[in-house]
Amino acid sequence: MTVGIVAFPGTNCEHDVGYALESFGATTVPVWHRETSLDGLEAVVLPGGFAHGDYLRTGAIARFSPVMAAVEKLAAEGRPVLGICNGFQVLCEAGLLPGALIANRDLRFICRPVQLRVESTDSILTRAAAVGQVLTIPLNSYEGNYVPGPDAPNTILRYCEPDGSITGRANPNGSSGSVAGIANQTGTIAGLMPHPERAIEDFMASTDGRVLLESFVASVESVGVSRA
Amino acid sequence: MRAVVTITRRDEIADPEGATIARALVDLGYGDVGTVRVNRTVEVSMPGRDREYVLSAVRGMCEKMLANPVMEDYEIEIFD
Repeated sequence: MTVGIVAFPGTNCEHDVGYALESFGATTVPVWHRETSLDGLEAVVLPGGFAHGDYLRTGAIARFSPVMAAVEKLAAEGRPVLGICNGFQVLCEAGLLPGALIANRDLRFICRPVQLRVESTDSILTRAAAVGQVLTIPLNSYEGNYVPGPDAPNTILRYCEPDGSITGRANPNGSSGSVAGIANQTGTIAGLMPHPERAIEDFMASTDGRVLLESFVASVESVGVSRA
Repeated sequence: MRAVVTITRRDEIADPEGATIARALVDLGYGDVGTVRVNRTVEVSMPGRDREYVLSAVRGMCEKMLANPVMEDYEIEIFD
């Protein structure tokens, strides 16, 4: 059960994500963006950073890196594909998830823990969580303001108050519908702006990222079982 | 030939940068400013190609990469 962790020029969270997934029992391999095959991998993560300098639009250039054709193939096979922060932006640009991400409402780079409410457990990222559960996870982005496409997204995480209520005040970046994370309709492709890999160890401000990454690893394991 | 592509965000999509500039312009005394939208211009030169070729190629570039169909429109002007 091996998870590929894609690095584009400018990606900077690949080691943190690798560390986190390995600590939950996954085997990970780094995948450079020039790779054209993901054969032998059960799943793939696009981590955070500034792929290709975020030039043009975040994710707009990365979406055409050679590896993305292989990511699309893996996604079409129903295998888990997760995008975190910049990786989420890349998945939206690639059309693997609907919508787009634009500059934060107040034009500030936001780097602080935020509260998220689990909206659905029917995804690779939330299957081990409970609907209504409130998680504290660091957000670290300038372009996290979600704009939906023509159809409403399958929202799995929303920004919320500590008590779980959804308010304008708790929406840090102006995201439509307070969206923090979404999935495709079958839940096999997921993306979120906050960084669960930065909330897994006791010394960190929160360990709430565990349930999300454990969900992902469990999803990868179940794919491996079904293919065996 | 040279193509100048202007990429604009659709009116219904927020433009936080434009909104911030609009507020600053009002503070500067331009109280009659309504909205400000910040657009992007991309210039593409294709030496030795004719107008039809460049227009077709650049339109393809816009559809694939230069503009995001979720939130943006584009216009192409061709210059000698």
